[in-house]
Amino acid sequence: MNKTDNTAPSTETTSGVGMIRMNDVSKWYGDFQVLINCTTKVDVGEVVVICGPSGSGKSTLIKVINGLEPFQEGEITFDGISVGDQATNLPKLRSRIGMVFQNFELFPHITIIDNINLAQLKVLGRDQDEATKRSMELLERVGLIDQMDKFPAQLSGGQQQRVAIARGLAMDPAAMLFDEPTSALDPEMINEVLDVMTELALEGMTMMVVTHEMGFARRVAHRVVFMDEGRIEEDCSKDEFFSGERGERAQEFLSKILTH
Amino acid sequence: MEFSYNWDWSVLFCTVQDVKIGCVAPYFYWIVEGFGWTIAVASAAWVIAFSWGSIIGILRTLEDPIWLRIPVVKSPVNFNTSAIEADNGVVLINIAWFLHGFATIYVTIFRNIPLLVQMFLWYFVLPEVLSKEAGMWLKRELPLPEYWTSVVCLGLYTASRVGEAVRAGINSITQGQHYAAMAVGLTRVQVYRYVLLPVAYRIIVPPLTSDFLGIFKNSSLALTIGVLELTAMTRQIDEYSYQTFESFTAATVLYILVTAIVMFVMRIVEGRVSIPGMISLGAK
Ligand SMILES: Nc1ncnc2c1ncn2[C@@H]1O[C@H](COP(=O)(O)OP(=O)(O)OP(=O)(O)O)[C@@H](O)[C@H]1O
Ligand SMILES: [Mg+2]
Repeated sequence: MNKTDNTAPSTETTSGVGMIRMNDVSKWYGDFQVLINCTTKVDVGEVVVICGPSGSGKSTLIKVINGLEPFQEGEITFDGISVGDQATNLPKLRSRIGMVFQNFELFPHITIIDNINLAQLKVLGRDQDEATKRSMELLERVGLIDQMDKFPAQLSGGQQQRVAIARGLAMDPAAMLFDEPTSALDPEMINEVLDVMTELALEGMTMMVVTHEMGFARRVAHRVVFMDEGRIEEDCSKDEFFSGERGERAQEFLSKILTH
Repeated sequence: MEFSYNWDWSVLFCTVQDVKIGCVAPYFYWIVEGFGWTIAVASAAWVIAFSWGSIIGILRTLEDPIWLRIPVVKSPVNFNTSAIEADNGVVLINIAWFLHGFATIYVTIFRNIPLLVQMFLWYFVLPEVLSKEAGMWLKRELPLPEYWTSVVCLGLYTASRVGEAVRAGINSITQGQHYAAMAVGLTRVQVYRYVLLPVAYRIIVPPLTSDFLGIFKNSSLALTIGVLELTAMTRQIDEYSYQTFESFTAATVLYILVTAIVMFVMRIVEGRVSIPGMISLGAK
């Protein structure tokens, strides 16, 4: 329905360079296989939406990319660096990938500005002034500059999530990963977070977004990945995905969430 | 039988005549001195309990492997499953399970042997099982052997309790917080230093307070190996003067006083470190 939405970025990305590449990745939790031969790729500047039923492995797929969870088979590279390689400096790699969680996960014991400063100081080695300057720019951008001295628990969910996005951006990441960033939010707060994400996408940030917000997917995604029971069942352009040329499981899933 | 007792508080303040020593300080001074030793034992033991206990607690939360690189000189050695053979003559050994196991065994042992038995083990048994020189050193050359033995004993015992509190504090922090801290690029040490521990210590202020009070009260067991702390001094006054009630009342009041002060201070500390806007920390 929204095919002619002219705010949508071009489906053609400028470069075909894979920022994130997953090749035949499998992961087990004990005997249970969570990811089954997953292969996909995210190009520079590309926005990929991941959806699928609960328990299908979406969060796990996101978490193996920056090595928060180990995987047993296959290969993942981020900007050419192998994630699974023993020799890879994972903290350094992670510092180049912003990550936003369903439950915000701000550090509760420090103020908003310190939350955004922390990794800049301890990981990037920026000095206090430099870090604070960058943090304030980002808080300005997400509209929360007046909240900088509060603690996370004093903010609403939507505000906390915007801070979490700023915390990720403060590292000047090469890509951002989002795991259901709006599903813990009250409906009236969803848009304030989606707006920030949309803006990011339009600026050309490389993004992987687990979400069931199909409006967001229609507006900004280039590609949609559909997962089911640990498998990547569909991996196609947004237009293809929404046009009906998709498998039975995806169709079933879509009709379920769209009627909600 | 009717209870009759001659209260005489002045006994605490009059000068003591001792047949052998001659004139010594008033009993009151004995109480002050004993109280001083109690404080000295408890606070030194707390330093050990808090720092060593924190390490034990942290070790018990290690889950991810820590690889230690060990160069191999000769033919490939057959290590157990926790070793991975890497290239160019280096074997990687996961020492996390070893550290974790050590801490678990430590806690099990130190928490489950009665403190009095531990006191005797340190004081009477240890010098015998050590080498002759070491045993001699402990008994003869170590200054204040009773004092240091009771400090170490109380410290290591209480460390097992502090360790459990620290472990519980860290474990009550959600997995999501671990992920978030790692995701911004903090190393494992930094994750503990800047995220997990600051939150965990805030959560465990109440159990730490009770562990500190425990060490203070348990310090009275040091009298069994000859430390003249408050309880020992009190008994001594009782033996000299037969004014049992006065001496034990004085000791009781001092114990309660310290407990009250500690609880008051810790309540302020708890308020200071509490996180604005948070009702309960660490709830999953
Ligand atoms: N730590 C774990 N140990 C064992 N099994 C796990 C663990 N984490 C996840 N799983 C299982 O792996 C499967 C995939 O989980 P995952 O969280 O990736 O699903 P999801 O698609 O993100 O679901 P949701 O939409 O509910 O967030 C689920 O069946 C889950 O129970
Ligand atoms: Mg999930």
